[in-house]
Amino acid sequence: MSQAVLALPVSQPAIDRERLTAFGFALPSFLILSLVFVLPLALLLGVSVIGPEGPTLANYRRLFGTAYYLGVIWNSLRLGLLTTILTLAVSYPAAFALVRARGGVRSLLLATLFLPLAASVIVKAFAWTILLRSDGVVNQALMALGIIEDPIRMIFTETALIVGSVNIFLPFMILPIYAVVAQLDARLSEAAATLGASPLVAFARVIVPLTLPGVIAGVALVFSLSVSAYVVPTLLIGERYPTLATTIAKAYLLAREPGFGAAAGVVLLAIAIFVVALSTQLGREPASR
Amino acid sequence: MITRLAIALSWTAAIGVALFLLAPLLVIAAASFSPTPVFDLPIEGASLRWYTRIGRLDGFWPSLFLSLQIALLSTVISLVCGTLAAIAITRGKLPAAGIFATALVSPLMMPGLVLGIALLQYFRAIGFTMTWSALLVAHLVVTLPYVARTMIAGLARFDFTLVEAARTLGCTYPGGIVRVMVPALAPSFLIAGLFSFLASFDNYPVSIFLADVRTKTLPIRMLQYIEEAPDPTLAALSTLILAGTIVLLFASDRMVGLHRMAGTSD
Repeated sequence: MSQAVLALPVSQPAIDRERLTAFGFALPSFLILSLVFVLPLALLLGVSVIGPEGPTLANYRRLFGTAYYLGVIWNSLRLGLLTTILTLAVSYPAAFALVRARGGVRSLLLATLFLPLAASVIVKAFAWTILLRSDGVVNQALMALGIIEDPIRMIFTETALIVGSVNIFLPFMILPIYAVVAQLDARLSEAAATLGASPLVAFARVIVPLTLPGVIAGVALVFSLSVSAYVVPTLLIGERYPTLATTIAKAYLLAREPGFGAAAGVVLLAIAIFVVALSTQLGREPASR
Repeated sequence: MITRLAIALSWTAAIGVALFLLAPLLVIAAASFSPTPVFDLPIEGASLRWYTRIGRLDGFWPSLFLSLQIALLSTVISLVCGTLAAIAITRGKLPAAGIFATALVSPLMMPGLVLGIALLQYFRAIGFTMTWSALLVAHLVVTLPYVARTMIAGLARFDFTLVEAARTLGCTYPGGIVRVMVPALAPSFLIAGLFSFLASFDNYPVSIFLADVRTKTLPIRMLQYIEEAPDPTLAALSTLILAGTIVLLFASDRMVGLHRMAGTSD
């Protein structure tokens, strides 16, 4: 009893000081985050619903009530979906080879993932304009091989857009999947086989569930990046494929319609937040089961 | 049989991915040595004439210095702030540490363009009109999440009793952090710094809304060059930047190993 009374005043200030240190350490980042991220986004939301004559939903009505802008929203989603599906389809099998690779081969493969990640998006998109234009490398190669007789129009088509987008966002899909596959215990599939599971069953019931967190992380990252891509559609398809991102840029840089641009920005933000929230939820679920 | 087929498939995918990812980089490098303004196949001869023209690109040097300044400064500030926050989060003395950690990393998943217009509105509203400072402050939000993510992961594996041990041996708390924690976490610092520098140096969607006629970052200039006159000078410039990145990556691989970078980038 007397011990507890004695211990209390001694330990209390120590805890307070540690708490205070923790607050002090967190403060600079907290200030940056709230003053340069949260507050501006809140203001953006405000700008999108306040017109010259007080509160209005006119900007959103224009976005969701016009066939043209519904098409713009669909273009963004379509770009995000196609990029995500295609990158996932090649990344998943490739991640397994990456884990099996050893020594120099592994370093080489990892370098091919990191190098484009470190190269500017603008540089890569520019490279695709060189590769895909009518007198470009791909057309010349196809004609030299006799596959086609006349150059095909590739640049400024949806094919060019998707090829470029997949190329640029592919590393963001492979790396998270690689990280989970690398942690898989090779003995797991052996154990499944010992218990009589066929390789396909072992894959579907052991490997897929265990690698799901990496897949979810990759899908969320690639979708949220590609749905809001700006440089890629601008350089590879242009005016013919307006997206939310290009609409936002136009509203601010050319048309001077901040209210409308802000509304389009809020929609894009909502899509990103939805994807992140969904992926966090899905990523949590298997653990609680 | 199925297993062998699966292995063959995964290798095909991996090699296909490697070639597909390298294709644009190889094309840029090849185009930069092209003797003619239009890049043709087969390549006839090589020329360095485009490299000599880089320095003469309109507004190139100020943009390069601006981008380097912003990238270096925002990386250093983010490394300090992000590491302090990561210590507070991982030591578990902070209320709602999990939420704070998620919030710190969240700008990574947010569309850069939206952040750009939001900051444009905000800076205008509060009357903050200095372009250079606006760019630096904005880039902090771009770089901080990379540092926070890497340092939280790195610190989660760090044994803090080592700092306590240093204090028992007569070190002050800040001294213990600098002399024990910083060397032990050198790989994490390197990765965090590298990612955050590149994120800032390459950033286009945030910078475009904050730049003005006289203050343009290198990516803004580069897109402008592509839209105005896409000749191999730009390929030469890109090749040089790429070569610099290869040197950086090679040095990091020597120091910490690329597979560790892949692991922590999760």
